[in-house]
Amino acid sequence: MDALTDNFDNILSGFWLTLRLLVVSGVGALIIGTVIAALRLSPVPIMRVAATTYVVVFRNTPLLVLIILTYYGLPEIGISFSFFIMVTMAMMIYTSTFVSEALRSGVNAISVGQAEAARSIGMPFGLTMTQIVLPQAFRAVVPPMASVFIALTKNTSLAAGFGIAEATFRLKGLLNDYASERVMVFVGIAIGYIIIVEVISFGAARLERHWRVS
Amino acid sequence: MSSVLFDTPGPRAARRHRILGALTVLVLIAIAAAIVLKLASEDQFTADKWEPFVTPSIINILLKGLGNTVIAAVIAIAISIVAGLVFGVGKLSDHRTIRWPSWLVVEFFRAVPLLMLIYFIFSVWSESIGSLWSLIFGLALYNGSVLAEVFRAGINAVPRGQSEAAYSLGMRKTQVVTIVQLPQAVRIMLPAIISQCIVALKDTSLGFTILAPGLTYAGREIWNTFHNKFATALVLMAIYIVLNCILSLLATLAERRLSSSEGSVTIVGGQVVAER
Repeated sequence: MDALTDNFDNILSGFWLTLRLLVVSGVGALIIGTVIAALRLSPVPIMRVAATTYVVVFRNTPLLVLIILTYYGLPEIGISFSFFIMVTMAMMIYTSTFVSEALRSGVNAISVGQAEAARSIGMPFGLTMTQIVLPQAFRAVVPPMASVFIALTKNTSLAAGFGIAEATFRLKGLLNDYASERVMVFVGIAIGYIIIVEVISFGAARLERHWRVS
Repeated sequence: MSSVLFDTPGPRAARRHRILGALTVLVLIAIAAAIVLKLASEDQFTADKWEPFVTPSIINILLKGLGNTVIAAVIAIAISIVAGLVFGVGKLSDHRTIRWPSWLVVEFFRAVPLLMLIYFIFSVWSESIGSLWSLIFGLALYNGSVLAEVFRAGINAVPRGQSEAAYSLGMRKTQVVTIVQLPQAVRIMLPAIISQCIVALKDTSLGFTILAPGLTYAGREIWNTFHNKFATALVLMAIYIVLNCILSLLATLAERRLSSSEGSVTIVGGQVVAER
């Protein structure tokens, strides 16, 4: 137990950094992903092509290679920020493709008849969106979006390979320092991740119930 | 074309769309030009940055790395399909002593970051199995538990009437699962399994962090010699994108060929989000 109790502050500050990575790249991914989803659903063909290309390129690149591009590659061409921002940038771009896919499938899950009915009774675009399309889209988006954020939580561990002292980085250090308690260390830190994942699933379940058709 | 978000455009909307389209093209050209100018001003287009990638010996290093990556992915997926089958069926077992351990294993390894798993395996067993097998076992455990969920969801998606009919013929539970449910579930699950293969292939790049041989590690050897990290990263991206697009194409083909009215399983980030 010593490995965990003696280093409790250490591990806690690791998870604090994990949470910061999760929130910053999560919010960024939501913003970029929404823009990309809007472009993919737009009536202008060239916008759809551009957004689809973005998704295909960044979704099929391993996150690690993307981090290598931002973390090692960008400084080489004279673009350089703190390590945290460089890693977050890659996570943001990578996750935004999954966010846009979730949003797009949510909107596509609504039958065209719903919107056509709204328009034919004279609802303008704004009303159609706020009253008919978005409430239903949110409901369909919650489960895949929760999965995207759970995946992001796990993906933040990749920052450990790039000198950012988040939870997995602490694990790596403790595995070296406490060779006799490796299983304990592993399970202890795993429980930390499981708590974050469970909080996200719990929040998603609450939201789903909130938006359920009664 | 009418969609949920907009109606078929009239003459004025069509004109507006054409203007927006032209503006988009201008913006895209501007972005491309900015990138090209930036790269040119940083001397990224010089031969010494790109020449390695047309040199046979360097291409050999990349191909060897690619070979290791593909081998790691294939072995990991083979193990994880077996593990997934065992634990997925285990989660559906009637016996508590089988169901609960299966549930625990699947839920634990699905919730734990893969990199953590790889670090752990590497720190405990690296002397006996080496870095490549640490990566393979990590991938197999993680993807096995994701596939277990896929198998469970796939078996559940087979219409109830099928298993009821089988039971009423007097089949035992084992026979119902292996003869009736699994063969039908394969059709439902195949697209999800192929897309999990894409995830596994992408995740082989994590071997880089424990210096396991593979494509990303080969990239490291190249940029250590030629100091062209940016160019190497772009080449690695291109290789992975081509590989994954081929697999995606297979998944789409499989979906179209096998698309059944019976149902489908969708996974996002290791979670089953839709089964019907």
